[in-house]
Amino acid sequence: MPALSHLDDAEGSHRPVLRAEDLTRTVNGKILVDHASFTVQTGEILALVGPSGAGKSSLLRLLNRLDEPSSGTVYLENQDYRQIAPRELRRKLGMVMQRPYLFPETVESNLQFGPRQRGQTLTALEVESLLARVGLEGYASRNVANLSGGEAQRVSFARTLANSPSVLLLDEPTSALDEASKAGIESLIGEIVRAHSLTCVLVTHDRAQALRLARRALLMEAGRIVRQGDASEVLHA
Amino acid sequence: MLNRIFHDQLQLGLAQSAAAALAALVVVLLARRRAIHLERESLVAMARGLVQIIAVGSVLHLLLRGPRWTSVFLLVVMTLAAGATSARRAKHIPGAFRVSAWSIAMGAGSVIALMTWLGVIDTSITALVPVGSMLIANSMNTNGLALNRFRADVVAHVGEIETALALGAEAKTSVAPYVQASFEASLIPAIDSLRSLGIVWIPGLMAGMLLSGARPVYAAIYQFVVLAMIFAASGLTSLASTFMMPAHIFTAADQLLLQPGK
Repeated sequence: MPALSHLDDAEGSHRPVLRAEDLTRTVNGKILVDHASFTVQTGEILALVGPSGAGKSSLLRLLNRLDEPSSGTVYLENQDYRQIAPRELRRKLGMVMQRPYLFPETVESNLQFGPRQRGQTLTALEVESLLARVGLEGYASRNVANLSGGEAQRVSFARTLANSPSVLLLDEPTSALDEASKAGIESLIGEIVRAHSLTCVLVTHDRAQALRLARRALLMEAGRIVRQGDASEVLHA
Repeated sequence: MLNRIFHDQLQLGLAQSAAAALAALVVVLLARRRAIHLERESLVAMARGLVQIIAVGSVLHLLLRGPRWTSVFLLVVMTLAAGATSARRAKHIPGAFRVSAWSIAMGAGSVIALMTWLGVIDTSITALVPVGSMLIANSMNTNGLALNRFRADVVAHVGEIETALALGAEAKTSVAPYVQASFEASLIPAIDSLRSLGIVWIPGLMAGMLLSGARPVYAAIYQFVVLAMIFAASGLTSLASTFMMPAHIFTAADQLLLQPGK
């Protein structure tokens, strides 16, 4: 797997697109995320790294407001995200879950799901173009029940990209895959981010993966960000 | 045999209760021979059941002699009790009692009102309360089934629901498949009752009408009428509760409140 950390060095890509400010989430007295503050620059891949239960996924869920922060907030392009309608916010912050959770229909109907929520329909050409981006040309009419784990996760990527998000939130997208599929998805993340100058926040417990994909990293432990900065410095310290 | 000995209805009832309790006692003694000790529990349950049902009978005896508005009062109390009972099937869903009580009131209440106005249900308390209570009780069961299925489906499909939300779907769109499934599942007993009427079972109401001397064909037709009313009341209740319930499991920012383990 070639190093992809150069991807976020695209020209003029140092404008903050996402800024978390003092984010905290407490559930039944248990602190899941503890005063997390950080910034994501346009075009970069930022890795959230840490052991299981460190609060990485909880933090990612706060970013697209699937959960409500107990305190603190997030600014998307300098706008407090509580002032953005949740549906519009989630379209802009496209999320790919750990498992693909495809809807039990065809690949195409999964891709159409997001645009359909806004009263839009993708043309056959647009569907094929999205599938080509994830390496699944000709899969449009396939039933999702017949896809492999890796293929299903690629469809999940394409489905999120169909919403034209400005930031991709990836929650351990390779953790449920075998090694071959994992390498394929990693390449895909790199290609997609490079081709579309997307900004990406990647949750992973795999430090090597974080080093391969991201230039910057946040290390989390027990809900707190304990280190952040250059990925190699944070993860090798 | 007992009706030849006891001519007073109350005495006859007590004698019949004693005979039925004796049959239960035989079972307890047979169980005891197998070292299964049900004596205390069975005796307490039987005594308690007898006292409770006599108390309810006495209250009904007083109420059924009251003015006609008493039946409305009784039906409202029954609706509230039914709402509380079926809300227990939807633990951890905020507002489950309110949804249940309103759904049963809308489902059973509208059918009772319409059928009373049409003259299908007699306005006398002795007709309105028993038939109304049947509609309320069945609406309660349907509502409980709908809520229980809805809650179970949502908890089992949190990933799919949050994926839909993350793709920009409205809250109600994200749970639409589970709303439909719970509505369909909740009506299975009412549909099966109608389908098997007369073949698998002869309902209590028809049996009661026959015992009280009604013509068998009219008793049979009226039983169909009651079951059709039950189906209508149950269907309306389930439609109302599955329509209202989704709003209660999301926050104002479309965040799913129900999660596994709750």
